[in-house]
Amino acid sequence: MISGADIMVKCLQAEGVDTVFGYPGATICPFYDSLYDSDIKHILVRQEQNAAHAASGYARASMKPGVCVATSGPGATNLITGIATAYCDSIPIIAITGQVKSDLLGRDVFQEADITGACEPFTKHSYLVSRTEDIPRIFKEAFHIASTGRPGPVLIDIPMDMQTNMIESFSYPESVNIRGYKPNTKGHTIQVKKAVEMIKQSKRPIIVSGGGVLSSGAKLKLQKFAEITQIPVLSTMMGIGVMPSEHPLYLGMLGTHGRRCANKALHETDLAIVCGARLGDRAIAAPDQMSERTKIIHIDIDPAEIGKNVIVDVPIVGDMNNVLRGLIENIEGYKIEDEWDAEVKDLKAHYQNKISTFEGYVEPRTLIGKLSSMLKRKAILCADVGQNQIWCANNFKIREGRFFTTGGMGTMGYSIPAAIGAKLGLSKRDVVVVCGDGSFQMSLNELSTIVQNDLNIKIIVMRNYRLGMVRELQDNMYNKRHSATILNDKPDIVALAKAYGIDSAEVSSNEDAEKYIGKIVENDKPFVLVCRVHPDTPSIL
Amino acid sequence: MKYTLSVLVENQAGVLSKISGLFSRRGFNIDSLAVGVTSDPTVSRITIVADGDEYVVEQLEKQLNKLIPVIKVKRLVDGEFISRELCLIKVHSPAAKRFEIIKIAELMGAKVVDVAASTITLEFCDTTDKIATLTDLVKPYGIREIVRTGTVAIDKGKNSVS
Ligand SMILES: Cc1ncc(C[n+]2csc(CCOP(=O)(O)OP(=O)(O)O)c2C)c(N)n1
Ligand SMILES: [Mg+2]
Repeated sequence: MISGADIMVKCLQAEGVDTVFGYPGATICPFYDSLYDSDIKHILVRQEQNAAHAASGYARASMKPGVCVATSGPGATNLITGIATAYCDSIPIIAITGQVKSDLLGRDVFQEADITGACEPFTKHSYLVSRTEDIPRIFKEAFHIASTGRPGPVLIDIPMDMQTNMIESFSYPESVNIRGYKPNTKGHTIQVKKAVEMIKQSKRPIIVSGGGVLSSGAKLKLQKFAEITQIPVLSTMMGIGVMPSEHPLYLGMLGTHGRRCANKALHETDLAIVCGARLGDRAIAAPDQMSERTKIIHIDIDPAEIGKNVIVDVPIVGDMNNVLRGLIENIEGYKIEDEWDAEVKDLKAHYQNKISTFEGYVEPRTLIGKLSSMLKRKAILCADVGQNQIWCANNFKIREGRFFTTGGMGTMGYSIPAAIGAKLGLSKRDVVVVCGDGSFQMSLNELSTIVQNDLNIKIIVMRNYRLGMVRELQDNMYNKRHSATILNDKPDIVALAKAYGIDSAEVSSNEDAEKYIGKIVENDKPFVLVCRVHPDTPSIL
Repeated sequence: MKYTLSVLVENQAGVLSKISGLFSRRGFNIDSLAVGVTSDPTVSRITIVADGDEYVVEQLEKQLNKLIPVIKVKRLVDGEFISRELCLIKVHSPAAKRFEIIKIAELMGAKVVDVAASTITLEFCDTTDKIATLTDLVKPYGIREIVRTGTVAIDKGKNSVS
């Protein structure tokens, strides 16, 4: 005989899970009790939202689903923001929540919350377990659904009695068969050929690549496609890292907060080849105008994204690897016209974002540019939300590393827990956080998790004493009325970090910042570097 | 423009709430929704009549398809399917008017299913258009209550949604 809780652990092992992030409580205690005897590492976060973010960072680093666990009621509801963030960013995570005993469901008993109902709009799928026998099938399906097609979060809500019930034996299904879920990965050959024809006929093609290229693991294929055709590449925020930042064909991030040359190229193009990007409003502010100006080839694994935000000329539904392979095979011998090549080089030289500096403060954009070369080639940068995110997006120079941020949901407080997940997913990589003073304070409790697990994560806090990005909006749109965007100079972040047992320093010049960074990257201890940034430092120009 | 979608779904708890949630969340307008089990007891069919332009209906189809318990979505082609809706109409009917109302019912092919001192209740199963005609005809007498099932539809000829 075997209990539901033991089965849950065995299912995780069968899926190759080595680390889970969570926070216990009464209704998930049977699972935690079984976990106690297993070789799965459990990372106790300090708030459940961060368990979901950490699972997201872990998933992005390890390229397999991240797992987070919480108890029923408040534990489960605390997860919601993290689940919604993973949904918007298309990150595969499995959220496991305890639930009150099944005979008490629907009676509003202590710590009962309808979490599958609450998460309906932002889970790819969810389960409320009603038979212990179903647990293996549900886990198998959940991991399959989360990680295939367009990735996303799957929630498994497990009443306590389902965890304690004993059944005859455990066996894990070898395959799944879900009638209503058969993602089309192939990429229709006729559509691929049509796309190739359209590319050959275009005069000024560009590639717009999004997070889908990274989550499908097709980064190198995209680079190859760009290199053989010489088509220039832009990326969305989620797509940062598809090309090395210094690659001659890469123009940077597009959109409201993007690089000027990228937006200029988007304006000049007559054919946009959109790869794994949904083209939300931050990327394309005026989709109608774009559709009028240029032809569009849209490649995505999710058919519902195609035609949703922009009108598309050639839709291709499929896995990015397959479609890019098809494009590469069929485009042999084609290269963009010299005129466009020259024009793009010209754009790149002339439309650069200018940087002005303030004496006595750290210039964050210059520092981030510099930081890139001080880290190992494969470093992972986790950027938070706010001006700090834009500074990173436009200035961090990726070589073979990664850039993790929440471009879809823009959830403040993402970076620190995501870095915890990333470090556990890829322990050999340099993992660095850049956050604002506002966002830092949304997840500073996780400093404790970092210390407890001895994680080498360097945190750079851009301290402008402001909710900078919103303040900037108020400067531009609300007559400089700074309603609720001024933070005071407390807490003393250096003292705070030290109280958690993490070494820390505050600097107010780039030289000092670089000096510290040079020192701290040499050791394997966490560090919090507070950089004083002038409040008027803008996001872009 | 009205569209009729025939949707096959897993016959399990929570599916209907997923679908109705999708409508409200994405701002789709639906005229009617009817659910019933199919010849396979593990599968239910939902017939949806929705209002919107081509973009809206295409989005609706795609978003429905994304739901895991949705097995199949088919947009029925105008003129190539049969649709029916059942409705019960309780009409104000003093004795003096009773005969007139029964005459209308006969003419339209509706059945009289209940008669009381001051009301008469008609049962009518037909297309949405015909139901509108009948309700228009009896409206002058005063409609007390009207109960409708929502449209169900099936392909003409040998085509089927399965
Ligand atoms: C959870 C959450 N709450 C509110 C916002 C709205 N918001 C976007 S940026 C920002 C300011 C961020 O301030 P800080 O972290 O100090 O970064 P800065 O812009 O100053 O670099 C706010 C409040 C958000 N994105 N997420
Ligand atoms: Mg700030």
